[in-house]
Amino acid sequence: MYAAEFDYHKASSVAEAIQMLGQYPDAKLLAGGHSLLPMLKMRLANPTALIDIGGISELKGITVNDGTVTIGALTTHQEIAASQDIQNACMVVAEAAEGIGDPQVRNRGTIGGNVVHSDPASDWPTVLTALNARFVIQGPGGITHRATRTVNASDFFKGLFETDLKENEVLTAIEVPRLNSNQLAEYAKMAHPASFYAVVGASVVITVENDRCTAASIAVGGMVPNPIRASSVESALVGQQLNAESVRAAADLVANDLSGSLMGDFYASADYRKAMAAVETRHALMHAIGLAHH
Amino acid sequence: MTSRIFGSGIRRREDPRLITGQATYTDDIKLQHMAYAAIKRSPHAHARIRSVDTSAALSAPGVVAVYTGADTDGVLNPIPCAWVVPDSDVKTVPHPAIAKDVVRYVGDAVAVVVAESRYQAEDAIDLINVDYETLPAVVNPEAAMQDGAPQLHEDAPNNQAFHWVASGGDTDAAFSSAEVVVRETIIQQKLIPNAIEPRSAVATWLSATGELTLWSSSQNPHICRFVTFLVTGVPEHKIRVIAPEVGGGFGSKTPIYADEMIACFCSMRLGRPVKWTETRSENYQATIHGRDHVEYVELAATREGKITGLRTKVYAAMGAYLSTAATGIPTILHGLIYAGTYDIPNVKADIYGVFTTTTPVDLYRGAGRPEATFLLERLVNLLADELGLDPVEVRRRNLIPKFEDGHDVAMGITYDSGDYELTLDMALEHVNYQQLREEQARLRESNQYMGIGVTCYCEICGLGPSQVAHAVGFGAGLWESATIRFHPTGTVNIFVGTSPHGQGEETTFAQILSDELGVAVDDIEVIHGDTDTTPQGWGTYGSRTTAVGGVAVALAARKIRDKGKALAAHLLEAAEADIEYEDGKFFVRGSPDQSKTIQDIALMANLAYDMPEGMEPGLEASAFYDPPNFTYPFGTHVAVVMVDPENGHIELRSYLAVDDCGPQINPVIVAGQVHGGVVQGAGQALWEGAVYDDNGQLLTGSMMDYALPRAHMLPDIETLSTVTPSPHNPLGVKGIGETGTIASTITIYNAVLDALKPLGVTHLDMPLTSEKVWRAIHQRG
Ligand SMILES: Cc1cc2nc3c(=O)[nH]c(=O)nc-3n(C[C@H](O)[C@H](O)[C@H](O)COP(=O)(O)OP(=O)(O)OC[C@H]3O[C@@H](n4cnc5c(N)ncnc54)[C@H](O)[C@@H]3O)c2cc1C
Repeated sequence: MYAAEFDYHKASSVAEAIQMLGQYPDAKLLAGGHSLLPMLKMRLANPTALIDIGGISELKGITVNDGTVTIGALTTHQEIAASQDIQNACMVVAEAAEGIGDPQVRNRGTIGGNVVHSDPASDWPTVLTALNARFVIQGPGGITHRATRTVNASDFFKGLFETDLKENEVLTAIEVPRLNSNQLAEYAKMAHPASFYAVVGASVVITVENDRCTAASIAVGGMVPNPIRASSVESALVGQQLNAESVRAAADLVANDLSGSLMGDFYASADYRKAMAAVETRHALMHAIGLAHH
Repeated sequence: MTSRIFGSGIRRREDPRLITGQATYTDDIKLQHMAYAAIKRSPHAHARIRSVDTSAALSAPGVVAVYTGADTDGVLNPIPCAWVVPDSDVKTVPHPAIAKDVVRYVGDAVAVVVAESRYQAEDAIDLINVDYETLPAVVNPEAAMQDGAPQLHEDAPNNQAFHWVASGGDTDAAFSSAEVVVRETIIQQKLIPNAIEPRSAVATWLSATGELTLWSSSQNPHICRFVTFLVTGVPEHKIRVIAPEVGGGFGSKTPIYADEMIACFCSMRLGRPVKWTETRSENYQATIHGRDHVEYVELAATREGKITGLRTKVYAAMGAYLSTAATGIPTILHGLIYAGTYDIPNVKADIYGVFTTTTPVDLYRGAGRPEATFLLERLVNLLADELGLDPVEVRRRNLIPKFEDGHDVAMGITYDSGDYELTLDMALEHVNYQQLREEQARLRESNQYMGIGVTCYCEICGLGPSQVAHAVGFGAGLWESATIRFHPTGTVNIFVGTSPHGQGEETTFAQILSDELGVAVDDIEVIHGDTDTTPQGWGTYGSRTTAVGGVAVALAARKIRDKGKALAAHLLEAAEADIEYEDGKFFVRGSPDQSKTIQDIALMANLAYDMPEGMEPGLEASAFYDPPNFTYPFGTHVAVVMVDPENGHIELRSYLAVDDCGPQINPVIVAGQVHGGVVQGAGQALWEGAVYDDNGQLLTGSMMDYALPRAHMLPDIETLSTVTPSPHNPLGVKGIGETGTIASTITIYNAVLDALKPLGVTHLDMPLTSEKVWRAIHQRG
C-alpha cells in the first residue's frame, strides 16, 4: 500500500489547475483523494504528478437561486448532507450524501471527484441522472471546444471510469434543478456490506398533479457501467394514480430497460442485480409517495 | 475478606494509553541506522520459479540489499510446524522462509528488498523480475485429495497432510441400528482474521555479542524465541523477543512466520536493524487464515430424539504449508469436543488435513471449536425438524445433567464442571421463548419471516496440562508463570509469561493480586511480552491466560503471603502459627492492633536489617502453574433474525449470550470479550469469507470486498451469566475469550434457517449473503 513516486503541485485557482494539467502531461487532479489515493497505493494508477485542487475556494460551496442548486465540484459529501439549503431545495441530494460510505469518506470525498471517477458503484451518478443535473466544465479553450461548457448527465457519463471530460479540463460545478412542491424524489440503494458502495441504486423523481403522476424520471445504477434511465417504468407511471399496486407493477417493468449483458461479481450476480433493480425502484417509489418509512 | 476487588467491573487500565495514542507498537520502534524491508510475493498460487533477476532492484535508489531463496537456503532452517498430532502420518513438508524452487500460494515470499526507506524498498520490489512457470492451483481441500489434483509437495501424495481418526464407543453400530439418521454437508468457509494492527517485526543483530533482538507483534514471545533459535541457529539465551503493544491477534499472531525470520536474516547479513511491517494487502495474503473445512456429518438418534451417535468426515485445508499449530486445530481442538453439552455415547471423527494452494490456515478465534459447535448444533436442529420436535426440546432430552467435579465423555476427555440446563433455562426465560414462537407464527401468516436460533455449547480451553500437550503432539509446555516483586515502597510489579494483547489482563491480574495481598490496584503494574524480563511462559491464545496465567499470579501471591507471615511473626515477636492475615495485614491472633501491613513487610524485606535467622532478603516470589485439566466454559445463546424474502436481506434483531466461565474477575471485561466474540462469529455467519477463483487468486483481497461487521450492522448484544466454578484451579475460573465466536455463528445460522423453514429452504452455505438467501427462496440454483 505504498504509492510509486510522484510529484506534487498545488493549484490556487481553476485557471492554474488547467495550466498545470497542460504543463504536466501525465498528471492527475487530486480532490478528496478517496478514489485516487487507493488506486495509487494499489499501484493501479501511476501518475507522474498530482495537482492538488483542494485549496481552490471557487470550487467549493453551495448556492441556490431560482430554479437551480449549484454545488461546487469540491464540496464534500458531508457538506452536502448537512446543508440546510440543499435540504430545503432538494432533500434527496442531502439524503444520498448521507448514505455514502462512512464518516471518513463523507468528510474527505467530494461530489466532483466522485462523478469524474465514474465508478459504477457510486451513488452520485444515479442520483444526478434522475435529477437531470448539468455538469459545468472549464478547460483551456481552443478550436474544438469552448473554455466553459455545460453537459447533461446523460452525456457526461461515458462508460466504466470514463466521462465526457476532455484533456486538461476541470469539473467546476454541478447544477441540480430545484424540485417543485409537486415533485417527489427518493433514492434507494442496496449497500455492499464491505464498502457501503451501491450494489444497486434506484433514484426516482416524480411529478404529481391532482393525485396522478404527470412526469417521472428514474435512473438505476449498478447494472452497466453508467446509470440507466428506466423509461419503461417512467412511462408506466405517467397518468397513474400512485399506490402500492401501480408502483409495484411499474417498478417490475424495469427489466425491460435492462437489456444486454449486465454487470455481476461474486457478491452480486447479474441476475440478482436485475431482480434488485425492480425491488430498489419500488422501494424508492414507495418512499417517495409516503407508503414506506426510512 | 472484607473488600474484594475480584468481581468488580473496574475500568481497563490499559485503555488510556491506547485511546490517547501513547501506546508503542512494533512499527513505532525506530533504531539508529535502521533499514526497511519489503517482501516480494508470488502473484501466482502455484508456480515453478525459473529465475529471479534482482539486478534492476539492486541498483535502484536507496537499496541496500536484495535476497532471494538462494541466499536463505541452507542459512535459515525451514519454518517449523510446532504441533504434530501423533499417529496421523503428518507430513511436515519443508517450508522455506523464501521460496527457491516452487511458490505454493499467492503471497509466498520470493525475495526481500532492504532499503533506506520503506518507499524505496517498495519501489524496488517492482523491479525484481521473476520468471515463473505457472502450475495448476487447487483451492478446495476435498478436490485437492482427488486423483489427478495438482500436487503441492513431493512428500505428500494426494496433498494429504495428515489423517487423524478418533472415536469413542461404537459409532458404526450406533448408526447401523439407528432409528433416525440426519446428514449434512457443511462448508466452513475460509476466514481472514483482520487484527487491526498489521504484523510487524524489527530485528537487530549485534555481531560483537552474537545477540539478536526481535520486536514482533506476537501473542507468544517465548515461543517466538524458541522458533527463532530453530530457524536462525542463534542460541536461545542470545535471543530477546519483545512483543510491545500488540493490536489484536485473534490467533493470527500465534504462528511464527517466515517474515520475522527474514527480518532476522537481513539484520544478521547487514549488521543493521531491519524493520518489516506488512501492508493490509499482505495481511490478507500472508497472515494465516482460519476455518476452511468441507465436512460430511451425520447424527444417529432414536425416534424420541435421544442422540446415539455422531460421525464426521472432514477435509480440513492446511493451505500451502503447515503453520505453527495447524494440525492441532481440526483434530484436538475440534474432534474431542464433538459431543458438546450432550450425552452422546458414540462419537467418531475422521479428519483429513489437506494441502491447498492458498494462504496457510492456523488458529483463528475459537479454532476448531466453532466448527465443532456448528456441525453439532446444525445436526440437532435437523434432527428436530426430522422428528417434528421443537429444537429446544431435542436439546433438553440430551443435555448432560449438572456435574461439579468431572464428567467423562466418549472422546476420552473429562469436562470439569457444567450446569447446562441452568443456562438454557435462563436464556429461554430472558427472551421469553414461548412468546417468540407465537410471534413467529403470527408473522408467518402475513408472510414475514422471523427465525430463532438457540445454541447450547461447551468448549475446551485454558490450554492446558503439559502432559496432555505432549501426548497430543504440541511441541511446547502449556503451564504458566508469574513473578511478583515488591519494591521497598510497597508497590508491585508482576512479571508474567503470558502475553495479553487486548484481553485486559493488566487489569484482571492486578485485581487477583490486589485481593490476595491487599495492595491497591494502582500500586500494581503487570509486565509482559519481553523474554528478557519475564519468566518463561507460553503466551496468550486458547483462552488460557487467566485460567492458567492468572492462577500462577494467585499462587505466587500466596508464596509472598507465607513469607510475609514469617517476617511478621519475627517483627511482632509472636509465633508464626499465631499470625493471621487479612486484607493486607498480618496480625497476632486475638490482638489485631499488633499488626504489620504488607507494605511494612515489603519495606523491611527490602531494607533487611531485622530479618529472622536464615531468611533471605527481598519480597519476591515466582510460581509456575501447570493445570491438571483444561477448562470447559459453556452457555446458551439465542439469536432472533428477520429475513426479507424479496431481497434476501437478513436483519439480526436481537442476540442474547448466557455464558458460564466460573467466577468473573471483572464482569465488564467478560462482557467485552463476549461482545467481540459474538460479533466475530456473526461475521462468519453473515458477511465474511475469503473467496478464491479457480486459479487461486484471492478475490476478497481488501476491506472493500471482505465484509467485516460494523456497529450499525448489529443489534445490542445482551449478556447474562451463571457461575459454575472449575474444580481444577484455585480461582475456579474458565476461559471466556472465544466462547462468543464458538457459539454465535451457528446460533445466527440456525436462526436464519429457522426463518426460511416455511419457504422450504433447508441448507445454505455461509456467509449468508443476500443473494444466496434470495436464490434459495426463489430456487434459482
Ligand atoms: C471506503 C470507501 C467507501 C466509499 N463508499 C462510497 C459510497 O457508498 N458511495 C459513493 O458514491 N462513493 C463511495 N466512495 C467513493 C467516495 O465517494 C469518493 O469520495 C469519490 O469517489 C471520489 O471523490 P474524491 O474527492 O475523493 O476524488 P479523488 O479521489 O481526489 O479523485 C477522483 C478522480 O476524479 C478526478 N477529479 C477530482 N476532482 C476533479 C475535478 N474537479 N475536475 C476534474 N477531475 C477531478 C481525479 O483526478 C481522480 O481521477 C467510497 C470510497 C471509499 C474509500
